[in-house]
Amino acid sequence: MLQKRLIALVILLVGAGIGWWVYSAEVSGSHPFKLGLDLSGGTQLVYRAELSGIPGEDVRDSMDALRDTIERRVNLFGVSEPIVQTQRGGTFAGETEERLLVELPGITDTQEAIRLIGQTPVLEFRLMKEGGQPTGAPEENVNDFFEPAAITGKDLQGAKLEFLQTMGGVPNEPVVVLDFNSEGARTFAELTGDNVGRLFGIFLDGTAISIPVIQEAIPDGTAVISGSFTAESARELARNLNYGALPVPIELIATQTVSGTLGAEAVGKGIVAGIWGVAAVALFMIIWYRLPGIVAVCALFLYMLVVLALFQLIPVTLTAAGIAAFILSVGMAVDANVLIFERMKEELRLGKSTREAIGEGFSRAWPSIRDSNISSIITAIILFWFGTSLIKGFALVFAIGVLVSMLSAITVSRTFMLALGIDAKAGLSKLLFGSGTQV
Amino acid sequence: MMIIRHRNIFFAITGVLLLAAVISIFTLGLSLGTDFTGGVLVEVSYESTRTSVEVVSDSLRGFGLEGFSLRESGDLGYTLRAGALTDEQRGFLAAMFTIGDNDARIDQLTEVGPIIGVELRNKALIALALVLTAILFFIAFAFRKVSKPISSWIYGLIALVTLAFDVLIPVGFFAFLGYLTGAQVDVLFVTAVLTILGYSVHDTIVVFDRTRENLRLNEERNKKEEFGDTAGRALGQTFVRSMTTSLTTALALAALFLLGPESTRDFALTLLVGIIAGTYSSIFLATPLLVSVERYLGKRK
Repeated sequence: MLQKRLIALVILLVGAGIGWWVYSAEVSGSHPFKLGLDLSGGTQLVYRAELSGIPGEDVRDSMDALRDTIERRVNLFGVSEPIVQTQRGGTFAGETEERLLVELPGITDTQEAIRLIGQTPVLEFRLMKEGGQPTGAPEENVNDFFEPAAITGKDLQGAKLEFLQTMGGVPNEPVVVLDFNSEGARTFAELTGDNVGRLFGIFLDGTAISIPVIQEAIPDGTAVISGSFTAESARELARNLNYGALPVPIELIATQTVSGTLGAEAVGKGIVAGIWGVAAVALFMIIWYRLPGIVAVCALFLYMLVVLALFQLIPVTLTAAGIAAFILSVGMAVDANVLIFERMKEELRLGKSTREAIGEGFSRAWPSIRDSNISSIITAIILFWFGTSLIKGFALVFAIGVLVSMLSAITVSRTFMLALGIDAKAGLSKLLFGSGTQV
Repeated sequence: MMIIRHRNIFFAITGVLLLAAVISIFTLGLSLGTDFTGGVLVEVSYESTRTSVEVVSDSLRGFGLEGFSLRESGDLGYTLRAGALTDEQRGFLAAMFTIGDNDARIDQLTEVGPIIGVELRNKALIALALVLTAILFFIAFAFRKVSKPISSWIYGLIALVTLAFDVLIPVGFFAFLGYLTGAQVDVLFVTAVLTILGYSVHDTIVVFDRTRENLRLNEERNKKEEFGDTAGRALGQTFVRSMTTSLTTALALAALFLLGPESTRDFALTLLVGIIAGTYSSIFLATPLLVSVERYLGKRK
C-alpha cells in the first residue's frame, strides 16, 4: 500500500514537473507551441511546376533545385520560419503534377507574397528543332520550335554584368555572362560540341532573350546573353540570377491567407473554449462519479499536460482544427475512465470488495478500451493521409490524444485508485464511490 | 431489455430520422465549398459599419467580378465566393470593399485551382471508402473468435449499417444548416464526418464487446440463453457508459461551438450532431439489428 502511494505521489510530482516545463518552455521560447498559418497569420502558396519536356529521371533534380532557389529567395526577404516543400499531387484528379508549397508566416498580403516569389527569374535553355523557324508572333508556342536542352537553370553558378568590346575597342554593349558549375560546364561543353550550327535559345521567364548560333564547342562553362539590355537592366538580371534562377516555370494554383488578427482571435477563443470544455467535463465527472471522478480528473489533467508537452517537443503544428481535436479528445479521454468505473460499480454490486472491484474493473474494461481506440487511430491515420496541411494537424492531435488518454487511464487512474486504498463496505466509502445510480 | 423487446419501434424511429435526413439532402441539397469546386473565398470585415450589399456588389462588378456570391457574415463582415481572380483583381481586393473612407480588412483569402479541387474531392471519397473498409475488416478481425451464433462478419456489416446512419444524419443536418446559414461542404466537414465514423464505431464496439464477453461467459458456465437476452444484457450493462461518454464529449464540443473560433464553429456543430447520432445508433440500432439478424438466420436453419 505504501509503495502504491509512493508511486502515486511520484506521478503527481512528475505531472507538476511536466506542467512547469510546458509553461516555461513556452514562456522562455525554448520549445514554444508551433502555430499553423491559420493561427499565426500568413500566406500559403501552392505552385505547379511546368515540367513538360523534362525527362522523368531529371524531375526530382529539377524540383529540388526549384525548392532550393525559392527557399533562398524567401530567406533573402527575412521571412521567419518559412516552409518550402515539394509535393506530388494530382494523382486523384487524373494526371500527376509536381508542386511546390510555400508557407510565409507573417506575410498577410497575398499579392506581396506572390510578388516576392515571382521576382525569381526562370532561366531555360532550349535548342531549336531542325527546320523550325519562329516568325516572332506572340501566340506562337515555343515548344513547337524549341526542345529543352540538357542544361537547365539549376546548373547555373552565377551571373555577372560585362560590357562587350565592339569595334574601336570601346566597351559599350552590356551583356550578362552566365557561369555554370562544374557539372553544368561539362554538360554545356558536350551540348555545344554536338550541336554546332544550331540555334541555341536562352529564355528568361518564358521569353527568348537571346538566340545565338552555336559556333563551336564552349569548354569553359560560360555563356553570354546579349540582348537589348541597358546597363541597368543587365545589372538587375545578373543580380536576380545570382540569387538563383528557377530551372522550370511555375504556375500559381492555390493560395491561402489568414490575417494576423483573425489568427490571434482564433487562438484566444480556442483557449477559452478549451478551458470551459475541460471545466465542464471535470465538473460532470466529479458530480457523477465522486471520488473516482476526482481521480479521473487528475488523470485528465495529467493527460492534457503530457499531450501539450508532446505538442511542444515533436513539435506539432497547431491549427484551428488541431485545437478542436484537442478539445474533442478531452471529452473522449475520460471514456476509458468511464468504462472502468462503470465496470467497477458492477463488480461492487456483485458484492465484491472495493479493492477487488477496482482490479476487476480495470482488467475487464481493457479489451473494450483497446479495440475501440484502435478504430479511432485507424481513422486518424486515414485522415492524416487525406488531409491538407491544416487537417493533418487535426489527425495528428487526435491520434496523440487517443493514445495518451488510453495510457493515462490504465496506468495513472489505476495507481491513484489503488493508492487511495479504501477497502471497506462502510457507508463512507460507498458514498464516495457511489454515483447517480445506487451502488 | 426494453430496447431489444421494442426494437421495431426504434427501427421505425431510425427510419423516420433517416428519411428526414435524406429528404433534407435531396430537397435542400449540399453545396460544395471552394475547397472542392475551386475558386475564391474571401472573408472581409469592417471597422465599425458595414457598407451595404448593393454598394459592395456594384463595386465588385466594377472590378470585373461576375457570378459571385456575397453574404453577410457576423455583424461587420462579408463572405465572398467567386471564380478565379486575375492577378490584378487580387491586388485590388481590399479596394473593392473599401467604399468611401470605410476601410475594409481582408481577414482571409483562399484561392483553389480547379485541379486541386477535383483532387481533394476524389481524395475525400477515397478516404471515406478506406475508413469504412478498414472498420469492417477491423471489427471482423477483433470479433473473429465470436462466430456463434453469428459470424463476426455480421458484426462488421452491422457496424457499417450503423455508420451509414451516422453519416447520413449529420450530412442531412448540414444540408439544413447550409439552407439556413449558407454553410458549404469543405475539407473540415469531411474531417468531421470521418471523425464521427471513428467515434461511432468506437461506441458500437464497446457494446458489441460486451455481447462478446457475455457469450463467452455463458459458454464457460454452460448457460443456455436466447441471443436476444444476451445482447440485451450487454446493452443494459453499457448503456450508462455510452451516455456518460457522449455527454462528456458533447460538453467539450458544446464549449467549442459556443466559445471557440469562428472557423471551427460549423465543424463543432457537425461533430456534435454526429456524436449524438452515433450514440443513438450504437444503442438503438446496432444491437437490436444484431438480434433481428440472428433471429432471421436462426429461422432459416
